[in-house]
Amino acid sequence: MAGKTLYDKLWDDHLVKQRDDGSALIYIDRQLLHEVTSPQAFEGLRLAGRKPWRIDANIATPDHNVPTTDRERGVEGIVDPVSRIQVETLDKNCDEFGILEFKIKDQRQGIVHVIGPEQGATLPGMSIVCGDSHTSTHGAFGCLAHGIGTSEVEHVLATQCLVQQKMKNMLVRVNGKLGPGVTGKDVVLAIISKIGTAGGTGHAIEFGGEAIRGLSMEGRMTICNMSIEAGARVGMVAVDDTTIDYVRGRPFAPKAEQWDAAVEYWRSLRSDDDAVFDKVVELEGSEIQPQVSWGTSPEMVVGVEGHVPDPEKEADPIKREGIVRALKYMGLEPNMPITEIKLDRVFIGSCTNSRIEDLREAAAVVKGRKVSPTLKQAMVVPGSGLVKAQAEQEGLDKIFLEAGLEWRDPGCSMCLAMNADKLGQGEHCASTSNRNFEGRQGFGGRTHLVSPAMAAAAAVTGHFVDVRELMN
Amino acid sequence: MRAFSQHQGVVAPMDRSNVDTDMIIPKQFLKSIKRTGFGPNLFDELRYLDEGRPDQDCSERPINPDFVLNQDRYKNASVLLARRNFGCGSSREHAPWALEDFGFRVIIAPSFADIFYNNCFKNGLLPIVLPEEIVNQLFGEVEQNEGYQLSVDLEARTVTTPSGETFSFEVDDFRRHCLLNGLDDIGVTLEDADAIKTYEDSRRKTAPWLFGASS
Repeated sequence: MAGKTLYDKLWDDHLVKQRDDGSALIYIDRQLLHEVTSPQAFEGLRLAGRKPWRIDANIATPDHNVPTTDRERGVEGIVDPVSRIQVETLDKNCDEFGILEFKIKDQRQGIVHVIGPEQGATLPGMSIVCGDSHTSTHGAFGCLAHGIGTSEVEHVLATQCLVQQKMKNMLVRVNGKLGPGVTGKDVVLAIISKIGTAGGTGHAIEFGGEAIRGLSMEGRMTICNMSIEAGARVGMVAVDDTTIDYVRGRPFAPKAEQWDAAVEYWRSLRSDDDAVFDKVVELEGSEIQPQVSWGTSPEMVVGVEGHVPDPEKEADPIKREGIVRALKYMGLEPNMPITEIKLDRVFIGSCTNSRIEDLREAAAVVKGRKVSPTLKQAMVVPGSGLVKAQAEQEGLDKIFLEAGLEWRDPGCSMCLAMNADKLGQGEHCASTSNRNFEGRQGFGGRTHLVSPAMAAAAAVTGHFVDVRELMN
Repeated sequence: MRAFSQHQGVVAPMDRSNVDTDMIIPKQFLKSIKRTGFGPNLFDELRYLDEGRPDQDCSERPINPDFVLNQDRYKNASVLLARRNFGCGSSREHAPWALEDFGFRVIIAPSFADIFYNNCFKNGLLPIVLPEEIVNQLFGEVEQNEGYQLSVDLEARTVTTPSGETFSFEVDDFRRHCLLNGLDDIGVTLEDADAIKTYEDSRRKTAPWLFGASS
């Protein structure tokens, strides 16, 4: 019999009951809650007269709606009354049910997918859910982590379980070493460009290979974060020393003898050598360039040395129609070099790229340089209050401010523009976020997905440039 | 949840692939703390020419006459015919809420994104996967026949065209059972409360660090 994949092991360890109809009850160790996808779930519990099954499995924080300025005023500082009600509703629900919440003025507040790992509330081997598709981020720790809808948020609150069908196994192996200036973001964009936005549908993806093993936990989180952009709800990386070293000493990590028992278990969280995957995709790390998205789907990506595609050269009629539509929305001409795309704004932040290493990479590029006068705005939004404090301790805030970038307070911000941070119609933005859908960053806004280093390089030149040219 | 067994209705064609949930319901409408009222903002950025705001009277807004749901022949549509990877992106359940609130009961596409597909079943909305060549055929028939309707039978797992041509589709037994009976699946899961407690007790022994950490 073939060995087990990491996904098989995580599935088996969380299986409460296999039903005759093919569905299964899967136990959930951790649920992260935020203000946008939880109010209807709490209301559902109340209407049915149900109580949460296990209060201590839940952690909440407001992130999507919070302003990134004027935070001393707390909830009162949220100008939009509809946003304010949503944040207040989360506070009320957590208070009523006794759920731990990092409120807006708590230094531990931040983007859910940043604070889970930061607090050690994300631990290897856990099953983790959140009403947010980027929950796949936590798979970087060898977790079974995925996004769910609000009905399932309520289901997990009420039962600590989800009804699931087992997915297929997919391995994405990135061989060899990455070149200088090439980051986890470039790797995952290259993967999505290769397999497409539906390439992982119905699968749990494990990312492996030397290039993945060589990444820090933060780089791995960036890759797992965007599994959903490849169609896979679940993305994972096997546990190794890098994982365990990251978790050690964090506030919610196990202590003393529990730590040793946990580590022993965690070390088993890797696919067996003879495990069989339903699908295997391979990339060569050395061939990956810094990536830039040109279109309105995360698969519409090309290396910075490349050109905007020509729809005439696409054989598939549905894809060709997609390219024509995307070029029209983006205001781009076929065959133009990527480096000729002029920008209006730069956004460095989001659950994909707002951790300390992301900020260090961006700061290293802008240090001693100035934001291009052709830009309307360049902003840096750290992923949590603790990331912000760490960055300030390292002096990164001063580097950004001296270069002319704005230094904001933590939240989802311009990744989805639910707060005041958004693009104007027709504006091009170099963004370290995860989605370049039409209107995602603001009505009529045009998003280009890049790494923090590439966004920083674009900030100081006003257009895309190969960041490797700016590196010493 | 509203039960679903059979449905017959007018088909509207959404002829683009990778329709994402941001497109189905843009973020500014996610600020609502309710489950209802999203229908007027379904496909907001495609449907209207201006930028929509929450709590706005949409009847006064300039509409995009080219958008399919603004055409008279599709105004009462309850079956949406779509392309590959429908519902990709964000996990927002507001997307099926908006489709259901508008009046859709069935969505037919060659493929769906996983989270969206799952969310539909929680809201009395049936997503049906049919092979691309059949979807292409249906797009052609809808285009040529005003008032074109399809009949869907969840019990029999079939889609039937006006000419009587029938296509079978697959749907897993548990989801079908819940949808046919309009079941609250939390109630179904709680019937297994003992199994959950047994699992939890055993897990508490083997992995005690997973319990009590955040309380």
